[in-house]
Amino acid sequence: MRIAIVCAALAVAPMAASAQDMNAGRDLAASCAMCHGTNGRGAVGYEPLAGMAKQDLVRKFTEFRSGAKPATVMHQISKGYSDPQVQLIAEYFAAQKR
Amino acid sequence: MNRTFDRRDFLKLGGAAAALAAAGCATTPQTKARVVVVGGGFGGATAAKYIRLWDPAIEVVLVERANLFTSCPISNMVLGGSKTMEDIRHSYDGLRKYGVQIVFDEALAVDAAKRTVKLERGGELSYDRLIVAPGIDFMYDQIAGYDAAMKTGRVLHAWKAGAQTVGLRKQLMQMKDGGVYVLSVPLAPYRCPPGPYERACQVASYFKKAKPRSKVLILDANPDVTSKGPLFKKAWAELYKGMIEFRGNAKAIGVDPKTNTVKLEVEDVKGDVLNVVPPQRAGDLAVKAGLITANNRWCGVDWRTMESTAVKGVHVLGDATLSAPLMPKSGSMANQHAKICASAVVAMLNGRSPNPEPKIANTCYSYVSADEAIHVASVHTWNEQQKTLTTVAGSGGVSSARNALEGGYAWAWAVNIWQDMLG
Repeated sequence: MRIAIVCAALAVAPMAASAQDMNAGRDLAASCAMCHGTNGRGAVGYEPLAGMAKQDLVRKFTEFRSGAKPATVMHQISKGYSDPQVQLIAEYFAAQKR
Repeated sequence: MNRTFDRRDFLKLGGAAAALAAAGCATTPQTKARVVVVGGGFGGATAAKYIRLWDPAIEVVLVERANLFTSCPISNMVLGGSKTMEDIRHSYDGLRKYGVQIVFDEALAVDAAKRTVKLERGGELSYDRLIVAPGIDFMYDQIAGYDAAMKTGRVLHAWKAGAQTVGLRKQLMQMKDGGVYVLSVPLAPYRCPPGPYERACQVASYFKKAKPRSKVLILDANPDVTSKGPLFKKAWAELYKGMIEFRGNAKAIGVDPKTNTVKLEVEDVKGDVLNVVPPQRAGDLAVKAGLITANNRWCGVDWRTMESTAVKGVHVLGDATLSAPLMPKSGSMANQHAKICASAVVAMLNGRSPNPEPKIANTCYSYVSADEAIHVASVHTWNEQQKTLTTVAGSGGVSSARNALEGGYAWAWAVNIWQDMLG
Protein backbone atom coordinates (compact mmCIF):
# COMPACT_ATOMS: atom_id res chain seq x y z
CA MET A 1 0.00 0.00 0.00
CA ARG A 2 2.73 2.40 0.97
CA ILE A 3 4.58 1.50 -2.26
CA ALA A 4 1.45 2.22 -4.29
CA ILE A 5 1.12 5.67 -2.76
CA VAL A 6 4.75 6.51 -3.49
CA CYS A 7 4.34 5.38 -7.09
CA ALA A 8 1.23 7.49 -7.53
CA ALA A 9 3.06 10.53 -6.18
CA LEU A 10 5.94 9.97 -8.59
CA ALA A 11 3.57 9.60 -11.51
CA VAL A 12 1.91 12.92 -10.73
CA ALA A 13 5.11 14.87 -10.04
CA PRO A 14 6.23 15.57 -13.64
CA MET A 15 2.77 16.87 -14.55
CA ALA A 16 2.90 19.33 -11.66
CA ALA A 17 6.35 20.50 -12.75
CA SER A 18 5.02 21.09 -16.25
CA ALA A 19 2.08 23.13 -15.06
CA GLN A 20 4.43 25.30 -13.02
CA ASP A 21 6.64 26.30 -15.92
CA MET A 22 5.56 29.82 -16.85
CA ASN A 23 5.89 29.13 -20.58
CA ALA A 24 4.55 25.57 -20.69
CA GLY A 25 1.58 26.53 -22.89
CA ARG A 26 3.64 28.67 -25.23
CA ASP A 27 6.24 25.93 -25.64
CA LEU A 28 3.67 23.20 -26.34
CA ALA A 29 1.84 25.46 -28.80
CA ALA A 30 5.08 26.29 -30.63
CA SER A 31 5.11 22.72 -31.97
CA CYS A 32 1.83 23.35 -33.79
CA ALA A 33 3.31 26.34 -35.63
CA MET A 34 5.24 24.35 -38.22
CA CYS A 35 1.93 23.43 -39.86
CA HIS A 36 -0.53 25.97 -38.41
CA GLY A 37 1.67 29.08 -38.62
CA THR A 38 3.71 31.04 -36.09
CA ASN A 39 1.40 31.67 -33.10
CA GLY A 40 -1.36 29.94 -35.07
CA ARG A 41 -1.59 32.66 -37.74
CA GLY A 42 -0.98 32.98 -41.46
CA ALA A 43 -0.79 29.33 -42.51
CA VAL A 44 -2.21 28.10 -45.80
CA GLY A 45 -4.29 24.93 -45.98
CA TYR A 46 -4.42 24.31 -42.22
CA GLU A 47 -6.96 25.57 -39.70
CA PRO A 48 -5.92 28.89 -38.12
CA LEU A 49 -5.57 28.44 -34.35
CA ALA A 50 -4.96 32.05 -33.24
CA GLY A 51 -7.97 33.44 -31.43
CA MET A 52 -9.88 30.16 -31.40
CA ALA A 53 -12.12 29.93 -28.32
CA LYS A 54 -10.53 27.68 -25.73
CA GLN A 55 -13.47 25.30 -25.51
CA ASP A 56 -13.54 24.92 -29.31
CA LEU A 57 -9.90 23.90 -29.52
CA VAL A 58 -10.24 21.52 -26.57
CA ARG A 59 -13.35 19.95 -28.14
CA LYS A 60 -11.70 19.51 -31.56
CA PHE A 61 -8.56 18.06 -30.01
CA THR A 62 -10.62 15.64 -27.92
CA GLU A 63 -12.66 14.60 -30.96
CA PHE A 64 -9.49 13.96 -32.95
CA ARG A 65 -8.26 11.77 -30.11
CA SER A 66 -11.47 9.76 -29.87
CA GLY A 67 -11.79 9.44 -33.64
CA ALA A 68 -15.11 11.34 -33.68
CA LYS A 69 -13.54 13.99 -35.93
CA PRO A 70 -11.98 12.56 -39.10
CA ALA A 71 -8.33 13.41 -39.67
CA THR A 72 -5.29 12.53 -41.75
CA VAL A 73 -2.67 13.24 -39.05
CA MET A 74 -4.27 14.89 -36.01
CA HIS A 75 -5.82 11.66 -34.71
CA GLN A 76 -2.22 10.39 -34.30
CA ILE A 77 -0.67 13.62 -32.97
CA SER A 78 -3.51 14.32 -30.50
CA LYS A 79 -2.94 10.99 -28.72
CA GLY A 80 0.46 12.30 -27.61
CA TYR A 81 -0.99 15.04 -25.37
CA SER A 82 -2.62 14.85 -21.92
CA ASP A 83 -5.80 16.74 -21.03
CA PRO A 84 -3.92 19.37 -18.96
CA GLN A 85 -1.54 19.89 -21.89
CA VAL A 86 -4.45 20.38 -24.29
CA GLN A 87 -5.86 22.97 -21.89
CA LEU A 88 -2.54 24.85 -21.91
CA ILE A 89 -2.33 24.79 -25.71
CA ALA A 90 -5.93 25.98 -26.04
CA GLU A 91 -5.38 28.81 -23.55
CA TYR A 92 -2.32 29.97 -25.44
CA PHE A 93 -4.02 30.09 -28.84
CA ALA A 94 -7.20 31.66 -27.43
CA ALA A 95 -5.06 34.57 -26.23
CA GLN A 96 -3.46 35.18 -29.66
CA LYS A 97 -4.76 37.84 -32.04
CA ARG A 98 -6.46 36.36 -35.08
CA MET B 1 26.01 36.26 -18.30
CA ASN B 2 24.66 39.73 -18.95
CA ARG B 3 26.86 41.91 -21.06
CA THR B 4 26.69 44.73 -23.53
CA PHE B 5 28.84 45.28 -26.52
CA ASP B 6 31.64 47.67 -25.57
CA ARG B 7 34.36 49.52 -27.42
CA ARG B 8 36.97 46.86 -26.61
CA ASP B 9 34.79 44.20 -28.25
CA PHE B 10 34.35 46.45 -31.23
CA LEU B 11 38.08 46.94 -31.68
CA LYS B 12 38.96 43.27 -31.71
CA LEU B 13 36.57 42.58 -34.54
CA GLY B 14 37.26 43.02 -38.22
CA GLY B 15 35.24 43.34 -41.41
CA ALA B 16 31.63 42.20 -41.34
CA ALA B 17 31.62 41.56 -37.61
CA ALA B 18 32.69 45.15 -36.89
CA ALA B 19 30.08 46.53 -39.27
CA LEU B 20 27.52 44.31 -37.60
CA ALA B 21 28.58 45.48 -34.15
CA ALA B 22 28.15 49.09 -35.26
CA ALA B 23 24.71 48.31 -36.61
CA GLY B 24 23.91 46.48 -33.39
CA CYS B 25 24.96 49.47 -31.31
CA ALA B 26 22.80 51.78 -33.38
CA THR B 27 19.63 49.72 -33.11
CA THR B 28 19.90 47.87 -29.80
CA PRO B 29 21.98 49.89 -27.37
CA GLN B 30 21.03 47.81 -24.33
CA THR B 31 20.96 44.15 -25.28
CA LYS B 32 21.05 41.75 -22.36
CA ALA B 33 23.05 39.13 -24.24
CA ARG B 34 24.12 38.00 -27.68
CA VAL B 35 23.26 34.65 -29.22
CA VAL B 36 25.09 33.60 -32.37
CA VAL B 37 23.40 30.99 -34.54
CA VAL B 38 25.51 29.24 -37.17
CA GLY B 39 23.51 27.66 -39.99
CA GLY B 40 20.27 28.98 -41.48
CA GLY B 41 18.44 25.73 -42.17
CA PHE B 42 15.25 24.39 -40.58
CA GLY B 43 16.88 24.39 -37.13
CA GLY B 44 19.07 27.49 -37.12
CA ALA B 45 16.69 29.94 -38.81
CA THR B 46 13.80 28.84 -36.58
CA ALA B 47 15.90 29.25 -33.43
CA ALA B 48 17.04 32.73 -34.50
CA LYS B 49 13.47 33.87 -35.13
CA TYR B 50 11.95 32.35 -31.98
CA ILE B 51 14.58 33.76 -29.62
CA ARG B 52 13.77 37.26 -30.94
CA LEU B 53 10.05 36.50 -30.80
CA TRP B 54 10.24 35.40 -27.17
CA ASP B 55 12.78 37.97 -25.93
CA PRO B 56 13.53 40.98 -28.16
CA ALA B 57 16.16 42.17 -25.66
CA ILE B 58 18.47 39.35 -26.74
CA GLU B 59 20.65 40.17 -29.74
CA VAL B 60 20.62 37.36 -32.32
CA VAL B 61 23.17 37.04 -35.12
CA LEU B 62 22.58 34.37 -37.76
CA VAL B 63 25.66 33.27 -39.71
CA GLU B 64 24.85 31.50 -42.99
CA ARG B 65 27.06 30.80 -45.99
CA ALA B 66 24.33 30.91 -48.69
CA ASN B 67 22.42 34.06 -49.67
CA LEU B 68 19.26 32.03 -50.23
CA PHE B 69 17.76 29.13 -48.32
CA THR B 70 17.26 25.98 -50.44
CA SER B 71 14.88 23.40 -48.99
CA CYS B 72 15.69 19.69 -49.05
CA PRO B 73 12.01 18.84 -48.45
CA ILE B 74 10.25 19.19 -51.86
CA SER B 75 13.61 18.96 -53.70
CA ASN B 76 12.72 15.42 -54.86
CA MET B 77 9.79 17.05 -56.70
CA VAL B 78 12.30 19.13 -58.62
CA LEU B 79 13.99 15.90 -59.74
CA GLY B 80 10.61 14.57 -60.85
CA GLY B 81 9.84 17.81 -62.70
CA SER B 82 6.65 18.84 -60.90
CA LYS B 83 8.40 21.66 -58.98
CA THR B 84 11.29 23.97 -59.84
CA MET B 85 14.30 25.29 -57.94
CA GLU B 86 12.41 28.59 -57.66
CA ASP B 87 9.78 26.78 -55.58
CA ILE B 88 12.31 25.63 -52.99
CA ARG B 89 14.54 28.73 -52.72
CA HIS B 90 13.65 31.41 -50.21
CA SER B 91 15.08 34.70 -48.99
CA TYR B 92 16.34 35.28 -45.45
CA ASP B 93 15.01 38.88 -45.54
CA GLY B 94 11.87 37.99 -43.56
CA LEU B 95 14.00 37.34 -40.47
CA ARG B 96 15.12 40.97 -40.38
CA LYS B 97 11.69 42.15 -39.28
CA TYR B 98 12.18 40.15 -36.08
CA GLY B 99 15.49 41.92 -35.56
CA VAL B 100 17.65 38.95 -36.49
CA GLN B 101 20.99 40.22 -37.80
CA ILE B 102 22.18 38.15 -40.74
CA VAL B 103 25.82 37.70 -41.68
CA PHE B 104 26.50 35.86 -44.93
CA ASP B 105 29.81 34.24 -44.15
CA GLU B 106 31.42 30.90 -43.38
CA ALA B 107 32.03 29.98 -39.73
CA LEU B 108 35.48 28.42 -39.53
CA ALA B 109 36.06 27.71 -35.87
CA VAL B 110 34.65 28.07 -32.37
CA ASP B 111 36.64 29.10 -29.30
CA ALA B 112 34.40 27.96 -26.46
CA ALA B 113 36.72 29.37 -23.77
CA LYS B 114 36.75 32.86 -25.30
CA ARG B 115 33.19 32.40 -26.56
CA THR B 116 33.93 33.51 -30.08
CA VAL B 117 33.20 32.24 -33.58
CA LYS B 118 35.83 32.85 -36.24
CA LEU B 119 34.41 33.83 -39.63
CA GLU B 120 36.09 33.39 -43.00
CA ARG B 121 35.76 37.01 -44.08
CA GLY B 122 34.33 38.87 -41.12
CA GLY B 123 36.72 38.48 -38.20
CA GLU B 124 35.42 37.12 -34.90
CA LEU B 125 31.95 37.22 -33.39
CA SER B 126 31.59 37.01 -29.62
CA TYR B 127 28.62 35.25 -28.04
CA ASP B 128 26.99 34.53 -24.71
CA ARG B 129 25.39 31.39 -26.12
CA LEU B 130 26.15 29.71 -29.42
CA ILE B 131 23.73 27.61 -31.45
CA VAL B 132 25.32 25.35 -34.04
CA ALA B 133 22.97 23.99 -36.71
CA PRO B 134 25.42 22.68 -39.30
CA GLY B 135 23.30 20.00 -40.94
CA ILE B 136 25.23 17.09 -42.38
CA ASP B 137 28.41 16.53 -44.31
CA PHE B 138 29.39 13.38 -46.16
CA MET B 139 31.85 10.60 -45.34
CA TYR B 140 33.15 10.36 -48.89
CA ASP B 141 36.01 8.12 -47.84
CA GLN B 142 33.55 5.31 -47.10
CA ILE B 143 33.01 4.81 -50.85
CA ALA B 144 36.17 4.24 -52.88
CA GLY B 145 36.53 6.62 -55.81
CA TYR B 146 33.62 8.82 -54.71
CA ASP B 147 35.31 12.16 -54.24
CA ALA B 148 36.99 12.07 -57.66
CA ALA B 149 33.80 10.83 -59.36
CA MET B 150 31.73 13.60 -57.80
CA LYS B 151 34.22 16.28 -58.81
CA THR B 152 33.86 15.25 -62.46
CA GLY B 153 30.08 15.62 -61.98
CA ARG B 154 29.54 12.02 -63.07
CA VAL B 155 28.31 10.74 -59.71
CA LEU B 156 26.05 12.93 -57.56
CA HIS B 157 24.29 12.61 -54.22
CA ALA B 158 21.89 15.58 -54.43
CA TRP B 159 21.36 14.99 -50.69
CA LYS B 160 21.79 18.70 -50.00
CA ALA B 161 19.39 20.61 -52.18
CA GLY B 162 21.16 23.01 -54.55
CA ALA B 163 23.59 22.68 -57.43
CA GLN B 164 23.53 18.88 -57.27
CA THR B 165 19.73 18.84 -57.46
CA VAL B 166 20.00 20.81 -60.70
CA GLY B 167 22.81 18.53 -61.90
CA LEU B 168 20.92 15.32 -61.20
CA ARG B 169 17.76 16.62 -62.89
CA LYS B 170 19.87 17.39 -65.96
CA GLN B 171 21.36 13.89 -65.97
CA LEU B 172 17.88 12.35 -65.76
CA MET B 173 16.68 14.51 -68.65
CA GLN B 174 19.70 13.55 -70.76
CA MET B 175 19.44 9.84 -70.01
CA LYS B 176 18.25 7.68 -72.92
CA ASP B 177 14.90 5.92 -72.73
CA GLY B 178 15.59 2.38 -71.54
CA GLY B 179 18.34 3.58 -69.21
CA VAL B 180 18.84 2.64 -65.57
CA TYR B 181 18.88 5.19 -62.76
CA VAL B 182 20.73 3.76 -59.76
CA LEU B 183 19.98 5.19 -56.31
CA SER B 184 22.35 4.01 -53.59
CA VAL B 185 21.11 4.46 -50.00
CA PRO B 186 23.48 4.46 -46.99
CA LEU B 187 22.93 2.61 -43.73
CA ALA B 188 20.65 4.45 -41.29
CA PRO B 189 20.92 6.89 -39.64
CA TYR B 190 21.01 9.40 -42.48
CA ARG B 191 19.18 12.65 -43.31
CA CYS B 192 15.47 12.13 -44.11
CA PRO B 193 14.73 8.38 -43.69
CA PRO B 194 11.89 8.27 -46.29
CA GLY B 195 13.75 10.60 -48.70
CA PRO B 196 15.32 7.92 -50.92
CA TYR B 197 12.04 6.10 -51.47
CA GLU B 198 10.22 9.35 -52.27
CA ARG B 199 13.01 10.12 -54.72
CA ALA B 200 12.54 6.72 -56.38
CA CYS B 201 8.83 7.56 -56.81
CA GLN B 202 9.55 11.00 -58.27
CA VAL B 203 12.15 9.74 -60.74
CA ALA B 204 9.83 6.88 -61.75
CA SER B 205 6.99 9.38 -62.18
CA TYR B 206 9.17 11.34 -64.61
CA PHE B 207 10.24 8.17 -66.45
CA LYS B 208 6.63 7.00 -66.75
CA LYS B 209 5.77 10.17 -68.68
CA ALA B 210 9.01 10.83 -70.58
CA LYS B 211 11.04 7.58 -70.75
CA PRO B 212 8.71 4.64 -70.12
CA ARG B 213 11.26 1.90 -70.86
CA SER B 214 13.61 3.19 -68.16
CA LYS B 215 14.21 1.69 -64.72
CA VAL B 216 14.88 2.81 -61.16
CA LEU B 217 17.21 0.51 -59.23
CA ILE B 218 17.48 1.11 -55.47
CA LEU B 219 20.61 -0.33 -53.88
CA ASP B 220 19.91 -0.04 -50.17
CA ALA B 221 22.58 -0.73 -47.54
CA ASN B 222 19.71 -1.37 -45.12
CA PRO B 223 17.98 -4.76 -45.14
CA ASP B 224 14.61 -3.23 -46.07
CA VAL B 225 12.91 0.11 -46.81
CA THR B 226 13.76 2.28 -43.78
CA SER B 227 10.53 4.30 -43.50
CA LYS B 228 6.87 3.86 -44.53
CA GLY B 229 7.87 0.58 -46.21
CA PRO B 230 4.46 -0.96 -46.97
CA LEU B 231 3.10 2.36 -48.31
CA PHE B 232 6.08 2.90 -50.60
CA LYS B 233 6.07 -0.68 -51.85
CA LYS B 234 2.35 -0.46 -52.63
CA ALA B 235 2.92 2.77 -54.57
CA TRP B 236 5.82 1.20 -56.50
CA ALA B 237 3.72 -1.84 -57.42
CA GLU B 238 0.57 0.07 -58.34
CA LEU B 239 1.84 3.33 -59.86
CA TYR B 240 5.17 2.26 -61.37
CA LYS B 241 4.67 -1.43 -62.11
CA GLY B 242 7.89 -3.08 -63.28
CA MET B 243 9.85 0.19 -63.13
CA ILE B 244 11.30 0.18 -59.60
CA GLU B 245 13.52 -2.62 -58.33
CA PHE B 246 14.55 -2.67 -54.66
CA ARG B 247 17.62 -4.56 -53.42
CA GLY B 248 18.28 -4.65 -49.67
CA ASN B 249 21.62 -5.33 -47.97
CA ALA B 250 23.26 -3.74 -51.02
CA LYS B 251 25.85 -1.41 -49.57
CA ALA B 252 27.94 0.67 -51.98
CA ILE B 253 31.67 0.44 -51.24
CA GLY B 254 32.98 2.02 -54.44
CA VAL B 255 32.11 3.85 -57.64
CA ASP B 256 33.78 3.87 -61.03
CA PRO B 257 32.51 6.63 -63.34
CA LYS B 258 34.55 5.30 -66.31
CA THR B 259 32.52 2.09 -66.38
CA ASN B 260 29.35 3.63 -64.83
CA THR B 261 29.58 1.13 -62.02
CA VAL B 262 28.57 1.05 -58.37
CA LYS B 263 30.64 -1.53 -56.53
CA LEU B 264 28.83 -3.55 -53.86
CA GLU B 265 30.44 -6.03 -51.48
CA VAL B 266 29.58 -9.00 -53.70
CA GLU B 267 29.02 -7.63 -57.20
CA ASP B 268 29.30 -4.60 -59.48
CA VAL B 269 26.14 -2.91 -60.76
CA LYS B 270 26.05 -0.80 -63.92
CA GLY B 271 23.74 2.14 -64.46
CA ASP B 272 23.25 5.15 -66.72
CA VAL B 273 22.73 7.71 -63.94
CA LEU B 274 24.53 6.98 -60.67
CA ASN B 275 22.96 8.76 -57.69
CA VAL B 276 25.05 7.51 -54.79
CA VAL B 277 24.21 8.96 -51.37
CA PRO B 278 27.20 8.51 -49.06
CA PRO B 279 27.04 7.89 -45.30
CA GLN B 280 26.74 11.11 -43.32
CA ARG B 281 27.85 12.79 -40.12
CA ALA B 282 27.27 16.13 -38.40
CA GLY B 283 28.41 19.09 -40.50
CA ASP B 284 32.07 20.14 -40.54
CA LEU B 285 31.74 22.93 -37.99
CA ALA B 286 30.52 20.41 -35.40
CA VAL B 287 33.75 18.47 -35.93
CA LYS B 288 35.94 21.59 -35.69
CA ALA B 289 34.12 22.77 -32.56
CA GLY B 290 34.59 19.44 -30.76
CA LEU B 291 30.86 18.74 -30.60
CA ILE B 292 30.98 15.16 -31.92
CA THR B 293 30.34 12.62 -29.17
CA ALA B 294 29.06 9.46 -30.89
CA ASN B 295 30.74 7.15 -33.44
CA ASN B 296 32.81 10.05 -34.78
CA ARG B 297 29.57 11.18 -36.42
CA TRP B 298 26.91 12.83 -34.27
CA CYS B 299 26.55 15.43 -31.50
CA GLY B 300 25.12 14.40 -28.14
CA VAL B 301 22.76 16.95 -26.55
CA ASP B 302 20.69 17.42 -23.42
CA TRP B 303 17.22 17.20 -24.99
CA ARG B 304 15.75 19.64 -22.44
CA THR B 305 17.95 22.48 -23.72
CA MET B 306 19.71 21.14 -26.85
CA GLU B 307 22.97 22.08 -25.11
CA SER B 308 25.94 20.00 -26.21
CA THR B 309 27.03 17.28 -23.79
CA ALA B 310 30.62 18.01 -24.86
CA VAL B 311 30.93 21.82 -24.85
CA LYS B 312 29.17 24.11 -22.34
CA GLY B 313 27.36 27.14 -23.71
CA VAL B 314 26.98 25.60 -27.16
CA HIS B 315 23.67 24.17 -28.39
CA VAL B 316 23.29 21.82 -31.38
CA LEU B 317 20.19 21.41 -33.53
CA GLY B 318 18.82 19.26 -36.31
CA ASP B 319 20.33 16.44 -38.32
CA ALA B 320 23.72 16.93 -36.62
CA THR B 321 22.41 15.62 -33.28
CA LEU B 322 22.72 12.06 -32.06
CA SER B 323 19.02 11.37 -32.61
CA ALA B 324 16.81 10.43 -29.67
CA PRO B 325 15.14 6.97 -29.96
CA LEU B 326 12.79 6.74 -32.99
CA MET B 327 13.45 10.37 -33.88
CA PRO B 328 14.05 10.95 -37.59
CA LYS B 329 16.59 13.39 -39.00
CA SER B 330 13.98 15.64 -40.58
CA GLY B 331 13.25 19.32 -41.24
CA SER B 332 10.23 19.04 -38.96
CA MET B 333 12.33 17.73 -36.10
CA ALA B 334 14.95 20.44 -36.60
CA ASN B 335 12.19 23.07 -36.42
CA GLN B 336 11.06 21.51 -33.14
CA HIS B 337 14.59 21.20 -31.74
CA ALA B 338 14.92 24.92 -32.43
CA LYS B 339 11.91 25.72 -30.29
CA ILE B 340 13.17 23.64 -27.34
CA CYS B 341 16.47 25.47 -27.71
CA ALA B 342 14.96 28.95 -28.08
CA SER B 343 12.84 28.44 -24.97
CA ALA B 344 15.81 27.15 -22.97
CA VAL B 345 18.22 29.88 -24.14
CA VAL B 346 15.72 32.65 -23.37
CA ALA B 347 15.08 31.15 -19.92
CA MET B 348 18.80 30.74 -19.15
CA LEU B 349 19.71 34.25 -20.31
CA ASN B 350 16.95 35.58 -18.06
CA GLY B 351 18.16 33.64 -15.05
CA ARG B 352 15.34 31.09 -15.10
CA SER B 353 15.39 27.29 -15.30
CA PRO B 354 14.57 25.83 -18.71
CA ASN B 355 11.25 24.08 -19.26
CA PRO B 356 11.86 20.77 -17.42
CA GLU B 357 9.88 18.54 -19.76
CA PRO B 358 9.71 19.61 -23.39
CA LYS B 359 7.36 17.88 -25.82
CA ILE B 360 7.62 18.10 -29.60
CA ALA B 361 5.92 16.59 -32.63
CA ASN B 362 7.03 15.41 -36.07
CA THR B 363 5.21 15.06 -39.35
CA CYS B 364 7.14 13.89 -42.42
CA TYR B 365 5.31 13.86 -45.74
CA SER B 366 6.53 12.02 -48.82
CA TYR B 367 5.10 12.45 -52.30
CA VAL B 368 4.65 9.14 -54.10
CA SER B 369 3.51 10.86 -57.31
CA ALA B 370 3.10 14.48 -58.40
CA ASP B 371 -0.02 14.87 -56.28
CA GLU B 372 -0.41 11.99 -53.80
CA ALA B 373 1.42 11.84 -50.47
CA ILE B 374 1.87 9.69 -47.38
CA HIS B 375 3.07 10.68 -43.91
CA VAL B 376 4.65 9.43 -40.72
CA ALA B 377 3.90 11.32 -37.50
CA SER B 378 5.23 11.06 -33.94
CA VAL B 379 5.17 12.88 -30.60
CA HIS B 380 8.34 12.99 -28.49
CA THR B 381 8.42 13.89 -24.81
CA TRP B 382 11.03 14.17 -22.05
CA ASN B 383 11.52 10.84 -20.31
CA GLU B 384 13.00 11.36 -16.84
CA GLN B 385 13.97 7.69 -16.46
CA GLN B 386 15.82 7.47 -19.77
CA LYS B 387 17.05 11.10 -19.73
CA THR B 388 16.11 11.62 -23.37
CA LEU B 389 13.06 12.28 -25.52
CA THR B 390 10.97 9.19 -26.22
CA THR B 391 7.80 8.73 -28.23
CA VAL B 392 4.48 8.85 -26.39
CA ALA B 393 2.93 5.38 -26.30
CA GLY B 394 -0.18 5.14 -28.49
CA SER B 395 0.56 8.31 -30.45
CA GLY B 396 1.82 8.76 -33.99
CA GLY B 397 1.54 6.53 -37.02
CA VAL B 398 1.48 6.51 -40.80
CA SER B 399 -1.16 7.20 -43.50
CA SER B 400 -3.78 4.50 -43.99
CA ALA B 401 -3.23 4.85 -47.76
CA ARG B 402 -1.64 7.29 -50.20
CA ASN B 403 -4.03 10.07 -51.15
CA ALA B 404 -4.31 13.46 -52.83
CA LEU B 405 -5.73 15.14 -49.71
CA GLU B 406 -2.39 14.58 -47.99
CA GLY B 407 -0.67 15.72 -51.18
CA GLY B 408 -2.32 19.09 -50.59
CA TYR B 409 -1.38 19.06 -46.92
CA ALA B 410 2.21 18.15 -47.79
CA TRP B 411 2.66 21.21 -49.99
CA ALA B 412 0.92 23.42 -47.40
CA TRP B 413 3.21 21.95 -44.72
CA ALA B 414 6.23 23.05 -46.77
CA VAL B 415 4.90 26.57 -47.35
CA ASN B 416 3.99 26.93 -43.68
CA ILE B 417 7.23 25.59 -42.19
CA TRP B 418 9.25 27.84 -44.54
CA GLN B 419 7.15 30.74 -43.22
CA ASP B 420 7.56 29.57 -39.60
CA MET B 421 11.36 29.60 -39.97
CA LEU B 422 11.94 32.54 -42.34
CA GLY B 423 8.93 34.83 -42.36
